Amino acid sequence: MSRDDNRERWQLQTSRTGGNGLEVAFTGRWCMDQALPFPDRLAAELADGIDRLTFKTDLSSWDSGFLAFISRLLKLCEERKIRVEREGLPEGVRQLLAMAEAAPVQKLAGTGQSDESLLFRMGSAMLAVFRDGPAMLGFLGEIIISFSRLATGKIRMRWGDLWWEVEEAGPRALLIVSVISFLVGLILAYLGADQLRMVGAQIFIADLVAIGMVREVGALMTGVIIAGRTGSAFAAKLGTMQVNEEIDAFRTLGISPIDFLVLPRMVALILMVPLLTLYASFVGILAGLLISTTIFGIGLFEYYNQTVAALDLSHFMVGLVKGTVYGSVVAYSGCLRGMQCGRNATAVGEAATSAVVTGILLITISASVLTVFFYQLGI
Amino acid sequence: MKAKHPLKIQNLTIAYGEKVIQRDLNFTVNTGDIFVIIGGNGSGKSTLMRSLVGLQPPTQGTVLYEGLDFWNVDHAEHERIKRRLGVMFQGGALWSSLTLAENLALPLNQYTDLSPGLVDEIVSLKLALVGLAGYGDFYPAELSGGMKKRASLARAMALDPDILLIDEPSAGLDPLNARHLDNLILELRESLGTTIVLVTHELPSILGICNNSVFLDAETRTMIDSGNPKEAVHSGDPKVRTFLTRGEA
Ligand SMILES: Nc1ncnc2c1ncn2[C@@H]1O[C@H](COP(=O)(O)OP(=O)(O)OP(=O)(O)O)[C@@H](O)[C@H]1O
Ligand SMILES: [Mg+2]
Repeated sequence: MSRDDNRERWQLQTSRTGGNGLEVAFTGRWCMDQALPFPDRLAAELADGIDRLTFKTDLSSWDSGFLAFISRLLKLCEERKIRVEREGLPEGVRQLLAMAEAAPVQKLAGTGQSDESLLFRMGSAMLAVFRDGPAMLGFLGEIIISFSRLATGKIRMRWGDLWWEVEEAGPRALLIVSVISFLVGLILAYLGADQLRMVGAQIFIADLVAIGMVREVGALMTGVIIAGRTGSAFAAKLGTMQVNEEIDAFRTLGISPIDFLVLPRMVALILMVPLLTLYASFVGILAGLLISTTIFGIGLFEYYNQTVAALDLSHFMVGLVKGTVYGSVVAYSGCLRGMQCGRNATAVGEAATSAVVTGILLITISASVLTVFFYQLGI
Repeated sequence: MKAKHPLKIQNLTIAYGEKVIQRDLNFTVNTGDIFVIIGGNGSGKSTLMRSLVGLQPPTQGTVLYEGLDFWNVDHAEHERIKRRLGVMFQGGALWSSLTLAENLALPLNQYTDLSPGLVDEIVSLKLALVGLAGYGDFYPAELSGGMKKRASLARAMALDPDILLIDEPSAGLDPLNARHLDNLILELRESLGTTIVLVTHELPSILGICNNSVFLDAETRTMIDSGNPKEAVHSGDPKVRTFLTRGEA
């Protein structure tokens, strides 16, 4: 209760009172700022044929620490069917105990933490992926319906939101896309230089870098960057709205949160990722040119001509299709995980992480599918 | 606390940037008071609370705890004062990644050397006192709004603070639980000698259990009355009377 009481320590004494009675005497200071004892140390004495417990107290001060000691002691006595006479306790202690006991105890279990083994949790996680399947398809369906409502003019695009998302996903990602594409272009050039020198065909670095960047790497790197940057932001934003019940507020008003929140984000990435892909390819080719002309001694015009000859429209088409697909799967993953978010702050973090993982997983799967598909078509 | 005036406010002005919320506040909370801060929505009650508990420095004036200038003492003293305060936020502010029992145990484990068994016992006692016995394993997200309020009061009480500052404990509570809460507050004062500073709009609480008050006005941005609210109903400022009688007198 009071920090300026004298610092004397807690003291505890027990004595037998006529027949089978036990008296517990408390003196000194029983406050939480000391290491108070745990009542189970009295268990032995209580076991000794005792059927009645009385208290004697002369305390300089006490607080919840004392209260907890007594409360625990009462439980021990109850287990042993020992009758307790509380008269010797301070008035306040008796009243607080009475208040605590008056409240009904709920025999409910919370979800609590799981104590399952690692193997069990890994198994459940695997199953969760499959169980997630229907929900993922359902969400995809909702998005398609929303797009068709947009196409048939039943709903209108929210241009303000769209513009905001476009700006966020596109121009603001330029710097990081530039840096990464430049470095990837450089890596491709070195890789090519090493292998092609063996056959004396170093000029083909230009083909490798150009086709590699335009067909595959430009889109792939952009997709991964956008998954980490924008996909996670989508999930965090929608997740926070879920926590604040903002999404429920849309639902109760009969407004589809998909139309309102998901559609603009989908459209923004479907527009911006292909453009960023083109830009990334350009930067990568530039890096290849810089390395080849300065370090491997290839002529500037030679390299330029070789690049132009290597690229034709189909390569650009492949790159743009991939960019579009990656953009949609990233937007889809971000929105999905955001909308699935739980109702607390931890869940928002998990949604953001999960959005990135799902995004990259879907990019990789669609990259393989598309590569095989274009190969079969001969493009 | 032995001092007669555990909390004294002198010429306090609180503001967000340039925007003054309340100015020239002067009032004293006595030991064992159940002190209520009254005022309409947006009058600055929560903001005042923030500067009383060390979250937002006032732009002018002083907050004295037992005569110590809360905002100008050295860091260690500031922290020592804060540890004697128990704070319940308007929104609950329970830590969402911890269960209720863990929410209550955290301050106890941080600041005492009690054995885990005794900590558990204190936790279940405090939960029982607010009528949440048996909910220790629940996460805050699994509770109703009113239950969160009560859990957050239990957390504020965890360390047996000298002064308990409570922002709207009974908003969202059903009448029985609101009544129970009033009884609990009275009991805390009787048994543990806790001084209570609370914000509430509940007229039964204001008139039933509070013995001292300050009335903040949103228009003039300063206090327009103080003292025992039971007397203010009859003799206070007209605005205060209107407020305390819901404009019916
Ligand atoms: N972070 C902030 N920045 C700027 N102004 C704020 C901020 N928080 C609150 N305010 C303003 O301060 C004023 C007082 O707010 P405060 O939350 O203290 O009111 P209150 O008296 O607690 O109201 P209520 O009864 O609704 O809880 C309001 O006008 C509010 O707009
Ligand atoms: Mg408030």
